[in-house]
Amino acid sequence: MTSFPETNSIETGAAPSRWRRLSLVVRKLYSKPVTAIGTTITVIFILIAIFGPLIAPYGENEILASEARQPPSIDHWFGTDNLGRDVFSRVVLGAREILVLAGVGTILAVISGTIFGLLTGYRGGWFDEITMRTFDSLLALPALLLALLLLGTVGQSKYSILIVIIIVYTPIVARVVRSVVLAIKPQGFVEAARLGGESQSRILFREILPSVLPTLSVESALRFSYAIFLVASLGFLGVGVQPPSPNWGLMVKEARVYAGLVPWALFFPALAISLVVIGVNLMADGVKRIIGSQGQG
Amino acid sequence: MTNSSVLDIRDLTVAYHQDGQWLNAVHDVSLKIHAGETYGLVGESGSGKTTLVLAAMRYLGSGGSIRSGEIHLGDIDLMSLTEEELRQVWGRKIAFVPQNPQSSLNPSLRVGEQLVESINPQGELSPREAEKQALEWCAKVNLPDPERMAESYPHQISGGMQQRLLIAMALSTDPDLLILDEPTTNLDVTTQVVILDLLNDLIRENEAGVLYVTHNLGVIAQICDRVGVMYASEVVEEAPTHNLFSQPLHPYTQGLIDSIPQLGDTRESIQLRAISGQIPSIGKSPSGCVFRDRCPVAIEICSTRPPLYQVGESRTSRCHRWEEIVNSEIDIHQPSPGRKPTQSGDQDGPLTLETNDLSIHFPIRRSLNEVFSRQPSKSVKAVNQVDLGISPASTVGLVGESGSGKTTLARGIMGLEKKSDGSIELLQIPLPEKLFQRDLETLRLMQIVFQNPHEALNPYLPIGETLQRPLIRLAGLSNEEADIKVRELLELVRLSADYAGRLPSQLSGGEIQRVALARAFAANPELLILDEPISSLDVSVQAAILNLVNELQSDHHNSMLFISHDLSIVGYLADQIVVIYLGSLMEITGPEVLFQPPHHPYTEALLSAIPQADPNIKSSPIHLAGEIPNPADLPSGCPFHTRCPRYLGEICATTTPPWQVDQKTGKRIFCHIPLEELVANQIQIDISSAAKP
Repeated sequence: MTSFPETNSIETGAAPSRWRRLSLVVRKLYSKPVTAIGTTITVIFILIAIFGPLIAPYGENEILASEARQPPSIDHWFGTDNLGRDVFSRVVLGAREILVLAGVGTILAVISGTIFGLLTGYRGGWFDEITMRTFDSLLALPALLLALLLLGTVGQSKYSILIVIIIVYTPIVARVVRSVVLAIKPQGFVEAARLGGESQSRILFREILPSVLPTLSVESALRFSYAIFLVASLGFLGVGVQPPSPNWGLMVKEARVYAGLVPWALFFPALAISLVVIGVNLMADGVKRIIGSQGQG
Repeated sequence: MTNSSVLDIRDLTVAYHQDGQWLNAVHDVSLKIHAGETYGLVGESGSGKTTLVLAAMRYLGSGGSIRSGEIHLGDIDLMSLTEEELRQVWGRKIAFVPQNPQSSLNPSLRVGEQLVESINPQGELSPREAEKQALEWCAKVNLPDPERMAESYPHQISGGMQQRLLIAMALSTDPDLLILDEPTTNLDVTTQVVILDLLNDLIRENEAGVLYVTHNLGVIAQICDRVGVMYASEVVEEAPTHNLFSQPLHPYTQGLIDSIPQLGDTRESIQLRAISGQIPSIGKSPSGCVFRDRCPVAIEICSTRPPLYQVGESRTSRCHRWEEIVNSEIDIHQPSPGRKPTQSGDQDGPLTLETNDLSIHFPIRRSLNEVFSRQPSKSVKAVNQVDLGISPASTVGLVGESGSGKTTLARGIMGLEKKSDGSIELLQIPLPEKLFQRDLETLRLMQIVFQNPHEALNPYLPIGETLQRPLIRLAGLSNEEADIKVRELLELVRLSADYAGRLPSQLSGGEIQRVALARAFAANPELLILDEPISSLDVSVQAAILNLVNELQSDHHNSMLFISHDLSIVGYLADQIVVIYLGSLMEITGPEVLFQPPHHPYTEALLSAIPQADPNIKSSPIHLAGEIPNPADLPSGCPFHTRCPRYLGEICATTTPPWQVDQKTGKRIFCHIPLEELVANQIQIDISSAAKP
């Protein structure tokens, strides 16, 4: 008696259920070793971000004055920094801030980029021209330069970093979405919807959006990894997040001065940045490949 | 004896490796082609005919492999040759003309160079001699102006010319075996007939064996000596062309012949017999007889695999019941009478649709240089001054070649393209120009079915939701009512109710077109436009869709505009036939007088060019000179005058022709030539005796 009647009923269902599809995606993500590594790294970092306070042995700003500048040891896995703060705890606790900032920023940027992309692609004409030329001029500036400029104008806080991410990434997402919309728009089913008197919002969100989602999910994952990098970079440059926040970029910046004395305080936050960016990138790559293979089927 | 054959394939099985197993694409096929013989291989897409052809050359891609069998090319055992030896055979002993000429020519080399390359692969000839031969070949395949042609790049010449060039390349090496894989499928009928005539002439000259692959029975009937019918990776029947058409010995062959309307068939005279179901995908053929589950006369014995029965000297059939078929004990050809003439085409009521002087032009963007040098802005004149009327509950068939503007006309009527001039009236109310200006009721009154089934339905929406939308939006039903109606609609197009939960990717092309039809019928429109709804479907499922369209219309009394490039289909379905050329209407005629003179010279050429699936008819097709002109640069006067075989003189090039009405047949013809003169010079087009009214 090894078979379950439930699986049977799912098998015969006309369209695969959400859960089945999800488990299929996960299985495919783990079918290639490189993608599996990327996914694992990403998942581990997300878990760290959620359960950070439970994992970290010390508080993020807990100063152990007598144990300053300790190399990695059993007590302090990543050593302690110049002020006597436990580097491991700070790296673990820093995960939440950077992932939340980058994550929320990416989600908002993807939403606004998608709306702009759908509208410009579908409507065309002057609206398209003006919006896309504006976006082009934003894209002409390097992301970091644009971010610094914006932070200079809107002031320095966590929220301004969010605004920066949205403004920097909206044009990129909009461009990607628009290109897909342009390919979908002339297809028969969209024209049939127009001839069926459907409202514009239904055509955009119910008819066209689903076809955009595969491309969009790959783009979102990529944007997420770049956003992490951007938040860290801004921390390193000392704009946006201020000390004593355990921002990885900021930690690298602070430890840089004492690099000869406490190299571990510089190394581990930097490693965390690289790992999470590489992890998310590898996963995005895997998602792209899955979608590519489905597109042919 | 065996030496007289050019190609001898014995028990060939070819398989593709997929998901860890071998799937047979060609199963146990034997065929023999003699020198000077044209062998036709006919089958639908997915039947394995292209695989067979590639395997016959041992030119399979990486996924495929010859599992068993022998291939002899004259005295050469192809299976024993090495790569290097094969290369010596390809191009010299075997020549191949593929379906898509565009992708077979190198876009960055002049066509002359490519021709020289194939004439002189090893450089035995002097360059001058090779060039001279290349020009001779250009002339042989009737390419106009060979010198200029040789200097052109592939993209500068038309598809028909590219195909002629490939034929020249293939024949220039004087091969023993010429293989043609659907060489005319992508071409218009008037171009196709030129290629077919050319092939006929050249084949007679060359004494080569020819393997001609196609899905078009008409082409087979016109140029082949012997035919093999392929279905689901097997050759199910083989016979001399004449016998195959007069008495097919396999139900599938009969099904193929019965499922396409012949020139002269009308829906009143005959009902098309559709083959139920669809062709099994590779590796999914039923055990036993591969045609078993679609066969109207299948019995118990059919679950065992039929051997290749030898019938008489020259025929084979893979049907257990061939003897009963020969003795007429069972009838696989059951001609069903057409539907009785309905009230369709009643001319009384106001027209459902009327266009007056409708023109649709697409402006071409000027370059900056052209703007500065004040050149007038140009436009592609896709549709020009079209007056079209559709009576209530009647079907108007619009027929024209590719580029004639028929799809643009349909899209213009629907409001998907902007009209440049003229008016469109639906039920005598002028239609607003832009789609968003039309109210829901207007939208409800007219619906369209598009040509391409792959993009007809939203791939992410279940069929049920797709069908629900027009019910809710246009017919004003509630969600619950729409749910019930969806089931009725599916039933209407002969799909079971559980299709509502499926996604389009789970449907075949024919099923998708059924759903698209159901969607169009959902809100019961007054006018239905069908834009080539069957041209991308397999032959055996086309008939089912045509029958369905017919039936739905006679039940619902909608008016219909049926667009096709195929005059036999339009002739079968329509109450009135409208011929369009280069955006202008040429002739308006009833189907029953289609074959009677007077014809517009263009219609005459079209009619004569259609290859008829009856080897007894030896038509004498009219060849049209040159290519269809660029619609951005329309000819003055009559748009057809540049190619017209009955060109009168000055007047055709300068003055727009009048619409002449023939009293006897009711035809309206857009031509300068007096009708009496046309009648005197034109002969009645010969149509299959079976189809004669």
